Amino acid sequence: AAYFLQQAGRDYVVFERSHAPGSFFALYPRHRKLISINKQYTGKSNSEFNLRHDWNSLLSHDRRLLFRHYSRDFFPHADTMVRYLEDFASLLELRVQYNTAIIHVTLERNEQAWNGHYFLLTDQDRKNYKCSSLLVATGTWVPNVVNFPGSEYVEGYETVSINPEDFAGQTVLILGRGNSAFETAENILGVTNFIHMVSRSRVRLSWATHYVGDLRAINNGLLDTYQLKSLDGLLEGDLEDLAIVKDKKGKLHITLRFYLENGNISAGIDSITLPQDELDNFATRAPYDRVIRCLGWKFDFSIYNRSLRMMPGKGNIKKYPQIKPSYESRGTRGLFVLGTASHSVDFRKSAGGFIHGFRYTTRAVHRLLENRHHGVPWPSTVYPITQLTNSIIKRVNEASGLYQMFSVLADIILLRELLPKSAFEYLEEYPTGVLAELEMQTGRKAPNGLFVIIMEYGRNFSGADKDVFYYNRAVGEAQHAWQSNFLHPVIYYYKRLPTEREMKLRPPEWPLPRPDAIHHIVEDFLTDWTAPNAHILPLRRFLENCLSTDLRSFFAESCFLFAFTHQKLPPFCQQGYVRMQGLVGSEGLRRHAVQAGLLQDYTLTDFSGDRPPDSHDRSRDQLLRDQVIPVRPLQHLVKAKDE
Amino acid sequence: EHRAVMEAAFVYGTIHQFVLTTEAALLKATGSDDPDVSSAWLLFCHCQRATDPAQPCRRTALAQPLTLLNIHRHLKLMGAPLVTEVAEDPEKVSTVHLQLGLPLVFILSQRETYEADRRTAEFVAWQLLGKAGVALLSRDLVDLNVLHRSNVALKTPDEGMPIQYLVLEDTDEVITLVEDKNKVKQIQEDEEKEEEEEEEDEDEKESNNQDIQDDQVVEAVSRDKKRELPLEQVLVLTEENFHSSLSEAAQTVVLFYASWEAVSLAVLRSYSEVADHLKGTPGVLLSRVNCWDWPGICTQENVTQFPTIKIYGKGEKSVTYDGMWGTEELTSFIILSRVSCPLKLATMDEAEGYLRGEFPPELSSHHHTSLLGVFSTATSEAREAFEEAGNILSGHVMMGTYFEDDGLALSRKYSVSPPALLLARSGGRSVEGISLSKQSVQDMVQMIRYELLDIFPEITVQNLPQYLQLTKPFLILFSDGDISQMESKEMLKLAKGRPQQAFVACWLNLKKTPVGYGILRTYFAAVPSLPVLVWVNLHAGGQVFQFPPEQSITEVNILSWLEKLQAGLETPSCTLSEEDWKPPLPAYDFLQMMEAAVPELPLHTSHHPGDMPAQHPPESPGGDTATREEPSQESMAGKAGSPGRDLRGTAPRLAAREKQGRRHSEL
Repeated sequence: AAYFLQQAGRDYVVFERSHAPGSFFALYPRHRKLISINKQYTGKSNSEFNLRHDWNSLLSHDRRLLFRHYSRDFFPHADTMVRYLEDFASLLELRVQYNTAIIHVTLERNEQAWNGHYFLLTDQDRKNYKCSSLLVATGTWVPNVVNFPGSEYVEGYETVSINPEDFAGQTVLILGRGNSAFETAENILGVTNFIHMVSRSRVRLSWATHYVGDLRAINNGLLDTYQLKSLDGLLEGDLEDLAIVKDKKGKLHITLRFYLENGNISAGIDSITLPQDELDNFATRAPYDRVIRCLGWKFDFSIYNRSLRMMPGKGNIKKYPQIKPSYESRGTRGLFVLGTASHSVDFRKSAGGFIHGFRYTTRAVHRLLENRHHGVPWPSTVYPITQLTNSIIKRVNEASGLYQMFSVLADIILLRELLPKSAFEYLEEYPTGVLAELEMQTGRKAPNGLFVIIMEYGRNFSGADKDVFYYNRAVGEAQHAWQSNFLHPVIYYYKRLPTEREMKLRPPEWPLPRPDAIHHIVEDFLTDWTAPNAHILPLRRFLENCLSTDLRSFFAESCFLFAFTHQKLPPFCQQGYVRMQGLVGSEGLRRHAVQAGLLQDYTLTDFSGDRPPDSHDRSRDQLLRDQVIPVRPLQHLVKAKDE
Repeated sequence: EHRAVMEAAFVYGTIHQFVLTTEAALLKATGSDDPDVSSAWLLFCHCQRATDPAQPCRRTALAQPLTLLNIHRHLKLMGAPLVTEVAEDPEKVSTVHLQLGLPLVFILSQRETYEADRRTAEFVAWQLLGKAGVALLSRDLVDLNVLHRSNVALKTPDEGMPIQYLVLEDTDEVITLVEDKNKVKQIQEDEEKEEEEEEEDEDEKESNNQDIQDDQVVEAVSRDKKRELPLEQVLVLTEENFHSSLSEAAQTVVLFYASWEAVSLAVLRSYSEVADHLKGTPGVLLSRVNCWDWPGICTQENVTQFPTIKIYGKGEKSVTYDGMWGTEELTSFIILSRVSCPLKLATMDEAEGYLRGEFPPELSSHHHTSLLGVFSTATSEAREAFEEAGNILSGHVMMGTYFEDDGLALSRKYSVSPPALLLARSGGRSVEGISLSKQSVQDMVQMIRYELLDIFPEITVQNLPQYLQLTKPFLILFSDGDISQMESKEMLKLAKGRPQQAFVACWLNLKKTPVGYGILRTYFAAVPSLPVLVWVNLHAGGQVFQFPPEQSITEVNILSWLEKLQAGLETPSCTLSEEDWKPPLPAYDFLQMMEAAVPELPLHTSHHPGDMPAQHPPESPGGDTATREEPSQESMAGKAGSPGRDLRGTAPRLAAREKQGRRHSEL
């Protein structure tokens, strides 16, 4: 965010509690291995494309600040991240005030202020700061703890020893089932007697859920040892029901709160009923040497005055503050939550909680703010309608923001003028959640309909309990593209901007309301959507039918013929040939077009009548005639759309 | 048949007299050439109208099968007045004929010719009796917005069909018109049925064709993809070497393209040919940037569409190529761009040499029209505008500038006064002087472009756009090969004839531009005998007129023909389709497929709550199925957890243990 503000020449300052940037990474992950991939090679030089497989770099114009220049490891060391962030702040000369811990935030009403109030910040030295807009990127750093009888015997992930030797010959219980829990287990797997893991929900594997926050394969060694009966194991249970009692030898026994409530605690361990007393094959009847809590973190709500109404989310997003899809706080206008703390927008869906996701949402917030406060509309490029297919193909093949923040950020195509002089405006990476407010949020107008381009996984493909390796999981044919399972581009067409109400009433699990037409580009094994027949042709047909025009390209010779035989010309001829930019084409290409039956060679035909019926392919012949004879309107098509 | 006649006689017996006969002689006398003895026929004898009792009455046979309905219809038609006189808008006229599904022929009449028209109408009416009605329409009483020459109109009973106005020469034409119409109609009806079937087939075929490439450029390029392009002469630029390469040559041409995009690949093929042509030309470097590999450069160089060609001079700003994507055009542009535009000429000799076509060595191959701007001290403003225009036209036009201070010798020689423009056409064989009155750059560019157009050009694929921009009708002489000198002379006279031409006179060499055959075939269905002179209203109405082939192509003949055209006295050979370019084929309707596959998908409800009667499957009356499914999934997940490992619910299970135990003891 600081970088974007700096580039825009805005007055800003960053407060950092620590003496250096990225202090979270100075401690975490405890075992120092980042699980964000740092891909050195992709076989492509396209820098935008390569960001799809670089999960660590922040966005900047400076090519030195790519993470692959900092580490050659696929899973880099966390210290490298600290070093990278230090360089990022210093090389780009970002204004960061270190050693400043903001301990209180409150509001000061003022009619003059951008949002009707100023934010008043107080640091640890009682020094006050005042600002118009507050961007909160404090992450989630307060460790989650559970309270149950005996929880005082539990060690926390943030302080537990990372030296495997400290665990030699011990029996360990780990509370939690996230990456930090498995990371901890992985570290000591080889030296412990066995490790048990307890958490409320069953394990969610990121390769099954397509969510990078779920258990990554790099950490899942314990799954092996569990399923291969090598003593380690996983259990499901509510930690709230749990109780731990310590015996005289210092061993920790699992029991249930249920028993403690009935029994007499003060009487000591012997008087407490253990589950195995009644059920002698109780799973966790073996005592543990250590219990480690790895339950993740939550947002620090403590510094905000009540007037800011920073409320925790509901349900599984209670660790995050409540924000709107525009990343603005629900309680306070002008307060935006960025970074990991903003993950409530796409929790367990997309990558908004991670560097490779929030680097894009942060840019989106910056663009929203530029428009709101400085009247700088959302950046856009205007193209002639003939570039419509190309502009989409280009973006879906290289855009990293669409790819990482699938279903959350969308490219928007605003149709500017009606046909035939049509042009369109291309906006990149706009948050889908605020589509209804597009005109207000971007300063761009959408009077003639719009296309929304996002990436999606198949609706019922991924999930914790799904088999993602079943036979025929991949769709290969363009006509079945809507059943694609893996990440693929989807284009929504709306004749007018959806309203707020339509956004609210959209079908569950749909990122957007029902469009007037939809197109899926069939999933691709190489994520390379440039195949002329499987990818580009169906897309062109979709766009043509939405706009009710012909978007084919033509050689100059065809345009010449049309110019003399039609009163109107297809857009390609209109915007190219007529403006003296016709595609003459080489002789070889013309021959190919003639062979394909898409261009008639008048030097060879006998002039008395129709073409001799020696054409190999009747249907091709039909297509050809469609060009020479005025094209018949496809009535049934229009009807089908009306219906 | 007998019964039908008897029943008709019962109804109409008081009006008509019915006679039945089986007398063979009488049958012969009725004049049927080929009496089909096996079936009966009915004749209506117009004896009531007979004026001379000595003559036999006129008779009209019933052409349809003998049914009661047909007899009734026939009697009705026979009873209708022979000729109806009409004095209102023919659109509103309705007669028995139209009601019975027969056409109505209007004979357009004027007061002066009324009697003759009346006789014609009656004559026609007798011929068409039972097949069509005839009405006499007085043009003096009705204000008709039709060609003055039209004399017949035809109204068909089909609803919504416009009335056809025709110019016919004799009454036979009227009769054949009606009879053919009926025939045509019959055939059409049959065909329609077939067509409907065919259309259905076609629909199917079309939807199967969706995945067949119908873009000629894309298809041609993908058929050519296995051929390796000879691109050795073209330097590949990357982010690393882009800037350093630009400073290497005096002129660096850069093609920005995307390796997946068909149009840019088509241009790349022409570009490799350009590279071949320019091989060894000093100071010119041809290069390319694949924007799919290096999007950074393309963004930085403001390349927003593919393909784009820019020419970078050393340290100068770049020029974006805006001409045809053809080998010749691009080559000539690059060559012309090598000299500054306009070229400053210092001495009188240089200027004279320039007008004779003595150009700098780089341009030795240039043979097109060149321009020389002549200015004096007092006209610096015009000179600046001219220089600016030169920047815009750089690469397209050969332009020179001569700043005159030596006694206005050049101006005097070509009898113009500065600021003036000298045009040297065809290698300096003719020099034409034009005084520069317009001062704005835009006007000057426009004027130069206009002046460079030929008076009677041979139209080609490459040069048509320049003439299209004039938005004038075209008078085109299609010729198989070169046109004869005579025709050329006459056409040139015609083209030069009026200073402000209202049309573009041009010719098309079918040998050189064979696609012209395609044009002719659209105009005339089959290619007429050549040469053929055609008037095309490209920008207004799209009518195409053919110069009468029997007349010889002379200025006089053409002019008088054009006058007739203007007066609306000629009928167009065809009218160009004004249809919009619609999608050639439908797209996959994924929305419909998704709805069909997942009927409970509450897609509809979001938009139009009222629009969907009975679309929901009956089994989900209360709400959407998705919410109902969730709990069941959860319970499934609960069951899936293996007992014994599940801490949750341990307490209740333990509580229930007593019971189990008892059961165990029972066992």
